[in-house]
Amino acid sequence: MPLTGLVFKRLLSGLATLLIVSAMVFAGTELLPGDVAEAILGQQATPQAVAAIRAELDLDRPALARYWDWLSGCLTGDLGRSLANGREVTDLIAGRLGRSFLLAGLAALIAIPLAVGLGLIAALYEDRLTDKGISATTLALVSMPEFLVGYLLLYVFAVKLGWLPALSRLTDTMSVLDTLRALALPCITLALVVSAHTMRLTRAAVLSVMTQPYIEMAELKGATRRRIIFRHALPNVLSTVLNIVLLTLAYLVVGVVVVEAVFNYSGMGKLMVDAVAKRDVPLVQACGLIFASVYVTLNVSADILAILANPRRRRPK
Amino acid sequence: MIRGWLSEVDLGARIGIVVLVLFAVLTLVGPALSPYGETQVIGGAWDAPSAANWLGTDRIGRDMATRILFGARMTAMLALAAALGAFLIGCTLGIAAAVAGGWIDLVATRIVDAVMAFPSLILALIVLSVLGTSIPVLVAVMAVLASTVVFRLARAVAADINAMEYVEIARLRGEGMGWFLFREILPNAAPTLIAEFGLRFVNAAIFISSLSFLGLGIQPPFADLGGMVRDNAMAITFGRIAPLLPAIALAILAIAVNLVVDAVLKRNANLDLR
Repeated sequence: MPLTGLVFKRLLSGLATLLIVSAMVFAGTELLPGDVAEAILGQQATPQAVAAIRAELDLDRPALARYWDWLSGCLTGDLGRSLANGREVTDLIAGRLGRSFLLAGLAALIAIPLAVGLGLIAALYEDRLTDKGISATTLALVSMPEFLVGYLLLYVFAVKLGWLPALSRLTDTMSVLDTLRALALPCITLALVVSAHTMRLTRAAVLSVMTQPYIEMAELKGATRRRIIFRHALPNVLSTVLNIVLLTLAYLVVGVVVVEAVFNYSGMGKLMVDAVAKRDVPLVQACGLIFASVYVTLNVSADILAILANPRRRRPK
Repeated sequence: MIRGWLSEVDLGARIGIVVLVLFAVLTLVGPALSPYGETQVIGGAWDAPSAANWLGTDRIGRDMATRILFGARMTAMLALAAALGAFLIGCTLGIAAAVAGGWIDLVATRIVDAVMAFPSLILALIVLSVLGTSIPVLVAVMAVLASTVVFRLARAVAADINAMEYVEIARLRGEGMGWFLFREILPNAAPTLIAEFGLRFVNAAIFISSLSFLGLGIQPPFADLGGMVRDNAMAITFGRIAPLLPAIALAILAIAVNLVVDAVLKRNANLDLR
């Protein structure tokens, strides 16, 4: 199959996935056992209150029709109104989305070179002290919940040393330097957590190629380990590494939820958590859809890049 | 015999096993040994560690060490329940899909793909916003989300083994489905599945702690590790390490399991089934 056809096919299946994901977001809140209105208000709800919510959410119309309205609304930028305060969901999200992307983007800038570099170094010195040190550190980091890494950094750098602010509140009047200082701790937290995963995957990907016969051939003809890794192994793991990088980005997008809570950073993650606590269904749906769409888009990009980078992937198995 | 087996596994796994045994004993017996109750107020807010309160006290003056023992037990039990649930669902469907093949396989795989296209924390948040955060709901949500990974693994392993010669021979012998599952596929898939179980357990423990930390998991007055971090988060700005302690307990559990899992996977890779 020609390359464009394959990429096009992957794009189409990505779009289909997005559609399924949107249906799942909708179904997740609408078709669960019991009445959403009663679930939102709890057992002691008055009939009037239930009726009001039912009217607000249009619950008396068939689910499929409401899904269609909701989806077309989302595509045209109308995400409905928040149940908690009646404001437009689009307005609530507007500022938050950019902040979360800023946080995740800066974290990615630190995490990706760090993780891929360390992964290569660990593979280069497999089973030597360097590898064991790096691997032990990343194993510990992978095992730590995000909030532990966050609070540890906060304790050391904000409370004990006083170098960085403990709360990451951004305001419009902040200078660039102050903004960066406020972002530093959440960024480093995210980067550390994510790069541990990426590094382990990179190391495993390089080492799995190292068991191939052509690597043994290169060894037998006397190539150095450095040359084997960079000339023989790396081009063949490139597509895997690209994949890992994009999956890392996808992980970052979700990682912001906990990290934003630790540092009280008002991004999308905090917005969604607050909305879940208040059972603000339209807001939860909108946030869920945005998170899931970014995640799916990154996953599809990872696949397409892998197809482009590795000629063997172009042939169907 | 145990000694001989232990000397074969690497140092990391040995440390992991010792820590896990300690963790199990402490969380099972510990709460009974502690002089304080789970919700008993015995001091001021965030008292420093002392002879009476080894790890100090929490936000409203409860003994931190006691709370951590109770909390670790709660977190570990819920994670265990979720991992068992995930395996029950994932393995049954995964192995069945691989052995049955055809449209059953196709439908099951597509459903799992759809769920996996979704970031699991976000999916959990959406579901919890409607179902609320009771313990059965939390465990069920975690089990279903984790079962997708188990399904893929169980299906792949079963399909791999299904294509091997000794299985082909069993098939020619005319053995039934039950024989395939329990005599041919499961014994050979065991190391991979055990490692995966460890990973699911750790993920579930961290997942539920994260939800509790966000205020959407286990609700007070019950102690669980994530909820305790949330409860004591303010202390950190006063230079107290109270919120770090339950988080460190969780990390120790996770590191121990990961060490063992790594060793099992490495050993299995060395055996090289193919």
